[in-house]
Amino acid sequence: MTDATNNGGPVLAADGTPLKKSLAKALRLQKMRALGLIAPLLIFVMVSFIIPIGSMLFRSVENGLVSETLPLTVAELQQWNGDSSEPPGEEVFSAFVADMVVAIEAKNHTRLGTRLNYEKTGMSSLFRKSGRKIKNLDPAVDGPFKEKLIDIDKRWGDVETWRTIKTHSVGITNGYFLNAVDMRRTPEGAQSQPEDKQILITLFKRTLIMSLAITASCILLGYPVAWILANLPARTANILMILVLLPFWTSLLVRTSAWKVMLQQQGVINEVLVWLGMVPDDARLVMINNQFGTIVAMTHILLPFMILPMYSVMQTIQPTYLRAAKSMGATNWTAFWRVYFPLSVPGIGAGSILVFILSIGYYITPEIVGGTKGVFISNRIAYHISSSLNWGLAAALGAILLAVVLVLYWAYDKIVGIDNVKLG
Amino acid sequence: MAALTPISRKPLSLVLPTVAAAGGLLGLFVGTANGSGFMGIVIGAALIAAMAFVFITILKNEQVSKWISIVLFAAGGFFFAGIPAMILGLVFGWLFHWFIYWLYEGRYRAKVLPYLTPGQVLWHYGFRVICGAIFVFLITPILVVMPLSFNSQDFFTFTPEMLQFKAEGYSLKHYKDFFSNNEWQRSFKNSLLIAPIATIISVSLGTLAAIGLSQSHVPGRRAIMAIMISPMIVPLIISATGMFFFYSDIGNWLEGTLGLPKNFVGYVKVILAHSVLGIPFVIITVTATLVGFDQSLTRAAANMGADPVRTFFKIQMPLILPGVISGGLFAFITSFDEVVVVLFVGSASQKTLPWQMFTGLREQISPTILAVATILVGISICLLATVELLRRRSERLRGMSPT
Repeated sequence: MTDATNNGGPVLAADGTPLKKSLAKALRLQKMRALGLIAPLLIFVMVSFIIPIGSMLFRSVENGLVSETLPLTVAELQQWNGDSSEPPGEEVFSAFVADMVVAIEAKNHTRLGTRLNYEKTGMSSLFRKSGRKIKNLDPAVDGPFKEKLIDIDKRWGDVETWRTIKTHSVGITNGYFLNAVDMRRTPEGAQSQPEDKQILITLFKRTLIMSLAITASCILLGYPVAWILANLPARTANILMILVLLPFWTSLLVRTSAWKVMLQQQGVINEVLVWLGMVPDDARLVMINNQFGTIVAMTHILLPFMILPMYSVMQTIQPTYLRAAKSMGATNWTAFWRVYFPLSVPGIGAGSILVFILSIGYYITPEIVGGTKGVFISNRIAYHISSSLNWGLAAALGAILLAVVLVLYWAYDKIVGIDNVKLG
Repeated sequence: MAALTPISRKPLSLVLPTVAAAGGLLGLFVGTANGSGFMGIVIGAALIAAMAFVFITILKNEQVSKWISIVLFAAGGFFFAGIPAMILGLVFGWLFHWFIYWLYEGRYRAKVLPYLTPGQVLWHYGFRVICGAIFVFLITPILVVMPLSFNSQDFFTFTPEMLQFKAEGYSLKHYKDFFSNNEWQRSFKNSLLIAPIATIISVSLGTLAAIGLSQSHVPGRRAIMAIMISPMIVPLIISATGMFFFYSDIGNWLEGTLGLPKNFVGYVKVILAHSVLGIPFVIITVTATLVGFDQSLTRAAANMGADPVRTFFKIQMPLILPGVISGGLFAFITSFDEVVVVLFVGSASQKTLPWQMFTGLREQISPTILAVATILVGISICLLATVELLRRRSERLRGMSPT
């Protein structure tokens, strides 16, 4: 437009440059300034949050330990047919002794034993015990080693031992992910774990079911409260809102310990019931260290996260809609179910996803009130990180959990938009 | 919803059965406590119905019958179970008297719309009772902790002495323990050291970034927002494990290469980890405040010759301050209340208050926790009040009507 009206010449800015160029320059400057403001935080979050989590998740497939500790053995094992019933030949054994002498020098052989022990029980003790004797062998002169090793421990003559080493010698493994879903990596491909080792699928299922139960009870309890807050006069609603916000602001551990005080066998609820004669003294209710305790405590802790989004949606629904429906002959129930409820669904959706995301990754409350029956998958992750030190499996479990949460987060973004998250 | 509905007295045929049912319910509880639930229901129903009948037809004086009811119930309670029951009796006496007259005078109709059917009125009040029960569920656990923290015994429940309001049932010994025990004091000091510094870091970086994000033409705005909010979304246990590996490497580097003292490095690690967790809250609240910010104000300032820094501190900062402070409070409570990350990243000398409570709850369970809990509830009430005041101030500043 500008070009046509001005005799074909470009419109010039005050300093003589073409206006288009000058505008583009100003815009670029503005962008750079905005990015400059964002950059420090973005770099901080990337470096200290996103990348650490990424590298932690990489541990779930990383498996360099076997091939790094036993490089020669792994190379020789390529020649050996894992399906045969014969143990590998002398060249593998001599390569193994050479590797082990180096590894024992660097004290790496016990780590390797621990790593292989996740896959086959007994490997840890095999490596530790044999390590002491292999130390005295000289790879250059003491051969042949096959007989000597089998003398040290007859498990070295077992095909299974070598199969395990061969199977887990790859640099990138799916073994931890298979373990995370109760399967294991074998020479014949993925197989399911023996019955007595299958606990993780159960735990995943339990986490999902209990999170759903918590979300459902939050909807059930949150909906009436949100409704009454949105429909009362502002002054009363503000006072009642304090009752919702006070738990929201109270420390998580305070609320968890409060529930411990309330629910335990010598606790407040049981004492009151016994005092009222509803429950005999010798048959007090067991309400803690089980799934019931976890669900009650977590519903209480997460309820504000359900009420607040519901409330902000319900505030925008005009009460005249209900009156209009009724004036056209709808019954109370029809007016609610066909008019009010559909309008409040976005609030339910937002609250449910928020509560579900939060509950699926909860750790503290299940740990304290959950006992053994009420713990979540995150408690298992913590166990593998700090007690059993099987970091690869912990990372695989974490990756699965994170994938579920990110899918839900994406859905939340689609439904509500992250910009619209409100607090307090 | 005006109080224009005319009210009229209701017939005894409505009042008597209803109050009898309420009396029966109370009788059920008293009855089971004393042996027979059924007898309790019958006696309770008969007693309340008779009371209502006497009040309405013979006494006809609301003030007198109120005192009669209260005294009667209190005496009955004292006779059955001593002082605690007497106090319950006072409450119930007042309650039943109010209920009888509320029904009889038709006062329950006064505040609802005149054209509602009896069923709708019943639902109206039934719904309020349900909501009341949910509010009780929300607030009871927090209220129960407070009196228990003054227990003179090492129990987690109300002792008989406490219920009879004897002075020896109460004491401040758990508070004394909290203020004299080294473990608790050190963890309290750690919390008071770590949380403010982490808050300052997340508020200063977060506010700058939120201002940057709120400008037009930011490339990749959604992606940047998603990254910055992610610490709030990613389950804490995953954040904690990720940071565990990252900060143990950083810590080794700081101690080994730079030769910094171990204790100092420990605090740096925990503070940095906590400040990342607080950032989403600052971003969200400050961005929300900036939505209502009039950008022409900064242009006007620039027009009058102020440089960007001066514009920021003189114009923008005072206007968005409420949002910044409430974001900061959120960040503070996040750090102050955080336990999972500090469990993984910190070492014993950085033990914070929530960590100490967590170990206390898992291992040697001591009632000092309840005293700490009460103090923390007090702190959170203060924070809540501050945020509420700031919210109103911000709405006033931006010309919205206070709600």
